[in-house]
Amino acid sequence: MLEDSIDDLYDSAPCGNVSTLLDGTIAKINATLLGWLGYTREEVVGRLRFSDLLTVGGKLFHETHFAPTLQMQGEINGVALDLRRADGSRLPVLVTSAVKNGTDGQPQLIRTILFDARERRAYERELLNARREADAERERLRGLIAGLQHSLLPDTLPAPPRMRTSAYYHMASADRVGGDFYDLFPLAADRWGFFLGDVCGKGLAAAATTSAARHTLRTATAYDPDPAAALAHLNTVLYQDHLSPSHRHCTVVLGILTPTPTGCSITIAGGGHPAPMLLHADGTLEPQPVTGGTIIGGLRSPRIVTRTFSMAPGDTLILYSDGLLEAHPDLDADRYDEQGLQTFLTRLAPTTAPAAVTALRELLAGFERIEDDVALMALSLDEPLT
Amino acid sequence: MASFRISGRGCNNAGMDVRVRNNVTFTGRDDGPVVMLAHGFGCDQNMWRLVTGALGEQSRVLLFDHVGAGGSDPAAWDPDRYATLDGYARDVLAICRDLDLHDVIFVGHSVSAMIGVLAAAEQPGLFAGLVLLAPSPSFIDDDGYRGGFTREDINELLESLDSNYLGWSATMAPVIMGNPERPELGQELTASFCRADPAIAKAFARVTFLSDHRADLPRVKVPTLVIQSAVDAIAPPEVGAYVHDRIAGSRLVTLDATGHCPQLSAPQATARAIADFVADCR
Repeated sequence: MLEDSIDDLYDSAPCGNVSTLLDGTIAKINATLLGWLGYTREEVVGRLRFSDLLTVGGKLFHETHFAPTLQMQGEINGVALDLRRADGSRLPVLVTSAVKNGTDGQPQLIRTILFDARERRAYERELLNARREADAERERLRGLIAGLQHSLLPDTLPAPPRMRTSAYYHMASADRVGGDFYDLFPLAADRWGFFLGDVCGKGLAAAATTSAARHTLRTATAYDPDPAAALAHLNTVLYQDHLSPSHRHCTVVLGILTPTPTGCSITIAGGGHPAPMLLHADGTLEPQPVTGGTIIGGLRSPRIVTRTFSMAPGDTLILYSDGLLEAHPDLDADRYDEQGLQTFLTRLAPTTAPAAVTALRELLAGFERIEDDVALMALSLDEPLT
Repeated sequence: MASFRISGRGCNNAGMDVRVRNNVTFTGRDDGPVVMLAHGFGCDQNMWRLVTGALGEQSRVLLFDHVGAGGSDPAAWDPDRYATLDGYARDVLAICRDLDLHDVIFVGHSVSAMIGVLAAAEQPGLFAGLVLLAPSPSFIDDDGYRGGFTREDINELLESLDSNYLGWSATMAPVIMGNPERPELGQELTASFCRADPAIAKAFARVTFLSDHRADLPRVKVPTLVIQSAVDAIAPPEVGAYVHDRIAGSRLVTLDATGHCPQLSAPQATARAIADFVADCR
């Protein structure tokens, strides 16, 4: 059998061997490591500390993490460090150290093994670069999605005379475009149109439907100020695709606002959407349900329910998507239902559209996890100047 | 139209329990003066393991982890709050205030020495004394000041943290070795020893090694002890002398110790120097 000498194995092993005193002074070092470093034994033994063999960055890391961990644990494995060679060049290594105790049980010296890690380091660098690229791509994707989402909503919300308006969109996911939408826009004869809706699902198909819904409603109301007729048009457009895999239906409330000498009159039409809330200055809340309306785009002949009410100065009308009603204020509480929302809104009075939206935003911000998008829109009629 | 579920309000700093946020633990005698031990970059409160026994004989020893290190609450990490040492100093003050501590003797190792300087300058009334162990107010050489490093050196460190990105992750599940020769290191060693999220470690390294708090040293008005190792590659003796020189009335003790962590390499001498100072502060 082939015999291998222990001494030769130590000295010319395919790895660096070095033993140091507890203060790091090098006591013994093998020929392999000396060869890597470009030093003679005399230049190193008793003269240099282990950390002197490292780059400055490596030395900082060694002193602050490596050495303390080794002292506490008695061993540390596979730490990446760079050696500074005699010619100034760097050699990446993986370092494993263990404390050897003397017969008295006290730490006596530190044994360290170093492996040439040039190839491994290059590989790790590639992994790190791949990770960074993936992170950058994800950021880019999120930027695109946020931009797409933004493009589906009005840049700024105009305000009819004597009114204030405000809206908010909460994106539940930075990775998927959501399906809530809203708009407010002037029509002929001093009338204004507004809507808030929720396309089922998320992603590009939902975004396309959202875009179609918004433009269809704006076009339809431009020709016919009857909101039920506009929703029927939207139903026809969406239902045309009902056999297609990209078909989506939605719930929506569409309103037409007509100024009156004392305030304004509003006719809303709804399909499957939660009731808008009319909040009076004195805290009285009048939900304006369109109960009985069916979803839009899912049936050949949907049922569309309309109702008309008036807004007086100091009143605020709040529209929202159903995410708000399905929320849980905390883990133990019941769902944040319509009753909870009503109680919350009642306490806001007297308020204005911007203040109400801000309060609802803060309510949402207090929730830890929101899985669905939430759209909010409010309109308020100013009190007359006295 | 999917439902969403919402749980309780997210934590905010104002309402947070500092004991959880900073993993505060007490040891030693309850009736002794409070000695608050603050670890530096690269480790956590385990760093003090070899001196807590001796200090606890006369003192009530408070240990904690900086946010981002050891057993601190991961949810408390906030890159903006901890982009400067002031964020860490605010945490120290919050611990003292929320736990109703008075006449605290703050012992800060390495970067925590400067965290203590900032805290004591801000609210001197809370502190009976300040121990700066292996302190450095600025690691980077400047006109007439030798911190020991150049900006390039520090960049190299940040790079070397990058190259240990995988290494640090890999050490997330270490084997806890039996160590019969040193029972004090035995089973108590938890899986979190000196480990940190690599991104947070890098942020902490950046604020540790790039901060310059030389101008804050003269603001310290509480009794101060500077302890340094005779040989320290991170905070060389002249840096300790500089700190001593800039804090009026401070004392300087140079231990016959090697390395940046004398509480590990010379625990008895370190504990004795701290204990003597604590006795003088009473």
